[in-house]
Amino acid sequence: MALGSILIAAIAFPFAAHALGWDYYVGVMTRVMIYALAASSLNLVLGYGGMISFGHAAFFGAGAYCVAILAQEGVVSALVAWPLAVAVGVACALVIGAVSLRTRGLYFIMITLAFAQMLYYFFVSLKAYGGEDGINLAARSRLPGFDLRDETTFYLVVLAILAGCLYFLRRLAASRFGAVLHGIRENEPRMTALGYPTYRYRLVCFTVAGGAAGLAGALIVNQHGFVSPGLLDWTQSGTLLIMLILGGVGWLYGGVAGAAAMLLLEEVLSHWTGYWKLGLGIVLLLVVLRAPGGLGGWLARGGARG
Amino acid sequence: MNALLLLEQGLNGLQFGLMLFLLAAGLTLVFGVMDMVNLAHGSLYMIGAYLMATAAQATGSFWIALPLAMAATAAIGMALESGLLRRLYERDHLSQVLATFALILIANDLVRMIWGPQALLLDAPRALARTIEVIPGAPYPAFRAFIIGVGLAVAAALYWMIARTRIGALVRAGASNREMALALGVNVKRLFTLVFGLGAALCALAGAMLGPLLAVQIGMGEAILIQAFVVVVIGGIGSIRGALVGALLVGMVDTIGRAFLPALLRGFLPNNIADALGPTLAAMAIYILMAAVLYWKPTGLFPARG
Repeated sequence: MALGSILIAAIAFPFAAHALGWDYYVGVMTRVMIYALAASSLNLVLGYGGMISFGHAAFFGAGAYCVAILAQEGVVSALVAWPLAVAVGVACALVIGAVSLRTRGLYFIMITLAFAQMLYYFFVSLKAYGGEDGINLAARSRLPGFDLRDETTFYLVVLAILAGCLYFLRRLAASRFGAVLHGIRENEPRMTALGYPTYRYRLVCFTVAGGAAGLAGALIVNQHGFVSPGLLDWTQSGTLLIMLILGGVGWLYGGVAGAAAMLLLEEVLSHWTGYWKLGLGIVLLLVVLRAPGGLGGWLARGGARG
Repeated sequence: MNALLLLEQGLNGLQFGLMLFLLAAGLTLVFGVMDMVNLAHGSLYMIGAYLMATAAQATGSFWIALPLAMAATAAIGMALESGLLRRLYERDHLSQVLATFALILIANDLVRMIWGPQALLLDAPRALARTIEVIPGAPYPAFRAFIIGVGLAVAAALYWMIARTRIGALVRAGASNREMALALGVNVKRLFTLVFGLGAALCALAGAMLGPLLAVQIGMGEAILIQAFVVVVIGGIGSIRGALVGALLVGMVDTIGRAFLPALLRGFLPNNIADALGPTLAAMAIYILMAAVLYWKPTGLFPARG
């Protein structure tokens, strides 16, 4: 089965890379997987929940800052910092969602964006924690039994977390909760008429996604060794959105495919030319015009045969 | 805090607000009439500023360069619309976000290719490089006063066009009920191209006016785009009147907030907290304003539809 072979290849990759002297690419793939997690959490909000959020990077960044601040204060245990990052993501999403979900359409997009910007300015104001310049991670999180400073170990931990979260997403989508979300996405007035508290379902969806994004943030600050308010900027939220649209909104692996496609494309193009954004932009345009469902849609239509 | 400072900041707020109006007017028309989210609007502003700077260098005159830059940007905008963007009208907002985001990437790199990464110099016209007394006893930079004049003139001209001409009636019809306008046989293609061209020309005007005050550099579009979107949301989609009121509100709140909020907070908070909180709240002010407006009027102040 295709999925199984991809998983085996993913597990084998860092060892193969090390043997070939491509250690740099292990870090690249780790980054891809972390963004895949972040984009997949957005997929829960957008693809399954039907909510176009332009402020998702806020939860991503908040989780990252949580770990960085804790590390600065001397708390480096992953068992403490990472769940706290999830909790921070959940808390922010709960507050932002509670207010934003009262609106619809473009207004919802703008309000989520506004809240993300507010959080951005909040982190800029934290002079003790770097302000506009951001902070370095004092030390990589410590996970008992695993030395996360080893790139391969970190890669495998991230892979496990990504796989676990995707499995959770799949179970969620197939559950009763997922079915209700699907119904709300298709025809909200009808679901309300049937007696479902649609606001509450959406809020739960939004909040869970926020927590997952917070976890991704905890991982990204470990990967980069650094976090700055720029991680919460609206263009970052836009990037996550683009990744997801590129991969296929609503497809379970849309976040993964999109993150991989975009980041690897960026990696390849930037080796050729300093103007890789131009190339990326052209590819994105082609995808919009030729492959409307993103990579997921393209694959569903038979891929190269289509 | 004295009356003179308040007056000067009030005028600055008016000036900034009117420039935001130029951007927001185009944005709200495109969204209202064509139902399209155009993230590349900020890029047109940037292109307008760059063309203005280049034309001003080449001709040595601000006054000759201005209509040239506006015409060139309008042409670029119309070419973009008829060549690419019109394929997106029927698509969902997400596809439009993806495509116009791609355009931002492309535009930034193209500008960098043509003009290089350094910021360009754009000088205010020599005739206006002095102060005048808008209010007797209060000297104010003549160029800024000129901007206010231009902004008010454009607002009046747009009002006249929208309210009193046939084209304006078509625009209003398209904004309030596009399907009906189509059914009534409006030549939609030409109308859309014209609306887009008008929006692009306004962007160039704003870029030319603000160029001497802010920097003409890559990425200048992204920063102001968010503020323009906030204005559109506050004012109501599709409404020029809403864009004007929203822009003035945002311009005033932002300028006066940044000027006086820190000082105001010092009045009743300990200094170190006021110094940290002040600039942060000032930066957040327009988003808080938007959230407040949406809370009371979820579709903005003067929505064109419904």
